[in-house]
Amino acid sequence: MAEKKYDWAAIAKNPKFVELHHKKTAFLFGWWIFSCVYYFLLPLGAAYTPGIFKVKIIGVINFGYMFALSQFFVSWGIALYYSHVANKDFDRLTRELIDELHL
Amino acid sequence: MTMKKIFIAATLALSIAGAAFAEESAKAPAAAPAAAAAPAAQGAAPAATAAAPGAAAQKSAVAAPAPAPAEKKHELKTNRTITIGLFAVIIAITMGVVVWAAKQTKTAADFYAAGGGITGTQNGWAIAGDYMSAASFLGISGLISLYGYDGFMYSVGWLVAYITVLLIVAEPCRNAGKYTLGDILSFRTSPKPVRAFAAISTVAVSTFYLTAQMVGAGKLMALLVGIPYKMSIIGVGILMVGYVVFGGMTATTWVQIIKAGLLMSGAILLSILVMAKAGFNPVGFFDIIVNNPNIQDHVSKLVLKDGVILSGIDAGQRFLEPGLYMKNPLDQISLGMALVFGTAGMPHILMRFFTVPTAQAARKSVIIAMFIIGGFYVLTTLLGFGAAINITPQAITAVDAGGNMATLMLAQVMGADIAPIIGDLFLAFLCAVAFATILAVVSGLVLAASAAIAHDIYVNVIKDGHADQHEQVFAARVTSFVVGACGIMIGIAAEKQNVAHLVALAFAVASSGNLPVVVLSLFWRKFNTAGVISGLVVGTVCSIALVLVSPNMTYPKVVAGGAKKVVAALEKKQAALPAGATLTEKDTKALAKARVDAQQDGTSLVGLDKPLFTLKNPGIVSIPLGFLAAIIGALAFPSRRSEEMFDEVYVRQNTGIGMAKAVDH
Repeated sequence: MAEKKYDWAAIAKNPKFVELHHKKTAFLFGWWIFSCVYYFLLPLGAAYTPGIFKVKIIGVINFGYMFALSQFFVSWGIALYYSHVANKDFDRLTRELIDELHL
Repeated sequence: MTMKKIFIAATLALSIAGAAFAEESAKAPAAAPAAAAAPAAQGAAPAATAAAPGAAAQKSAVAAPAPAPAEKKHELKTNRTITIGLFAVIIAITMGVVVWAAKQTKTAADFYAAGGGITGTQNGWAIAGDYMSAASFLGISGLISLYGYDGFMYSVGWLVAYITVLLIVAEPCRNAGKYTLGDILSFRTSPKPVRAFAAISTVAVSTFYLTAQMVGAGKLMALLVGIPYKMSIIGVGILMVGYVVFGGMTATTWVQIIKAGLLMSGAILLSILVMAKAGFNPVGFFDIIVNNPNIQDHVSKLVLKDGVILSGIDAGQRFLEPGLYMKNPLDQISLGMALVFGTAGMPHILMRFFTVPTAQAARKSVIIAMFIIGGFYVLTTLLGFGAAINITPQAITAVDAGGNMATLMLAQVMGADIAPIIGDLFLAFLCAVAFATILAVVSGLVLAASAAIAHDIYVNVIKDGHADQHEQVFAARVTSFVVGACGIMIGIAAEKQNVAHLVALAFAVASSGNLPVVVLSLFWRKFNTAGVISGLVVGTVCSIALVLVSPNMTYPKVVAGGAKKVVAALEKKQAALPAGATLTEKDTKALAKARVDAQQDGTSLVGLDKPLFTLKNPGIVSIPLGFLAAIIGALAFPSRRSEEMFDEVYVRQNTGIGMAKAVDH
């Protein structure tokens, strides 16, 4: 397969790429750190603040259970939000960049 | 065509050789451990049954189902005709898939990446099928049925792990990679050494995971349908080799999709039955748990070990609170880290992203996989609690101390509530699901290991990348065959070994060795050959070393110490009994066993009296070390070429410009 030659350094300096790179980095690492913090609150909370986990919320269902269940919805929420932003913003910027470079 | 014949002949030869091997080691069981190939022998320790009962339960729950103690009244009886019939249906369908897939597998891209022709949705189901092992399916619901809340909390990390996959690795890998981990890592480094080390790490992770899966499979099949352990391993092994050798990634993908579909149908159906019994009222369902006298009694006994006295509704409520199973918070955090970092470093998961045509499809596939996997674990809660209510924890532990049979027992009972034959059918269906689960996971692992050996080592290191499509596919098929055959041998040899720690080990190596170097390759300009190699070596060696000196291994002196305490307690109990009364049958048996165990002496595999490292999961230490080694290695031996090429990698991974098309016929 004949590899097409690209000037990678020039693309990396293209303002469109710089914008894409900044937006993506902030979003990806920001939400990744958020998800990790939220997740590790679960084992930490279960170990060091069992009192809060035992508080009953609905009937016999306690805070600990709701918190563990919320992990699933938070993960799904982040996934859907990422997909929304990526489809709308990141993919658009990528397309614009490719159009501009006439690739 | 002649090649196909050669393979069919070879498969037959392998099965005969395997049977002969099985025959031989049955005669001389003592020889089997010695014959274990390197990874199994490294991790080998006397069987889990030699450990204290509690520890054995915890171990077996994490990975492989433990054999059930023979106790007549709680036996799990499968209808063999129906079960084997369903197994045959699954084998027939998957074989049909293989025949179809074999016709489409002509190039290396077809073999390793299904020609890039898998859609996002299909790949999402396949990821779920690749990831959820029998340990997730049977183990986690078992944990919930015995320890309530902690089992549920344990399941959370397996889903959260996919946030890392989604945000950090999936799309960059699709954009910058081709078939293997080595492809990503060798982009701007010296390809030969990097590929060699990446292949070693991939093969190590896959072998650890594969061994745990094979041993689990053998024990499960023996327990469920009474097929002897060695025959089960050989049977599963031949199917696995057949799928991968003939059908490559296409067949593996479809086996995984079929399995995920079966698994979800089984879980949904069983959850509906459980909730129907509770009147579809979630709050009422939890009331039933708290008020169930069997659960209350079970919890009272559990907390009594910690010197806490609880009874009645308080004990029932305790089942919904943390701390019955996971006693060491640091270990739990360490496990969480291994999952969050390790899933994204698993070669068989990474490989799945090369099968889709675009980054968008990779993104979509992770999101679909997250909904399937997450949905499954939420349903698992219902199954676990449902089993605790309807089967009782006492009956579950009577069949298997780790609770691995809880879901299957639940299926039989819930089905039998409608009609006895439906109970048998439903149980047979779930056994078939477990069977499909094993096949799907082991096939993915064999494919990942073979790709590393054939594509990285043979084609790119030995042949300098100069191999035509025909030769590449041939090499891939031969390698898969050899890897599969080794898998069978190791599986047979490891029958009596404690393999539970191998899953922890696989995740530890993936999280401490693979993930740091993948992330740094994709995101850090100064990263280079020295960084990749030091990161992989330090991460892998630290993980293995820490697991070898961890409580996962068996320490005869510790076992003896525990047994002595049991002997003392039971003798005290006996002395306190009124004259003429004797201990219950169960206590007498326990006393006899403890007296035997108390005689144990010796050291662990690496010659220790007691664990040097107190955590079962090394992640909390080995992950930072892996990152640190990768960074220090890169800084100590800077490479201008690697830095100059960063722009290319970074633009490629972000935009997909210049992407290696999977279809390059």
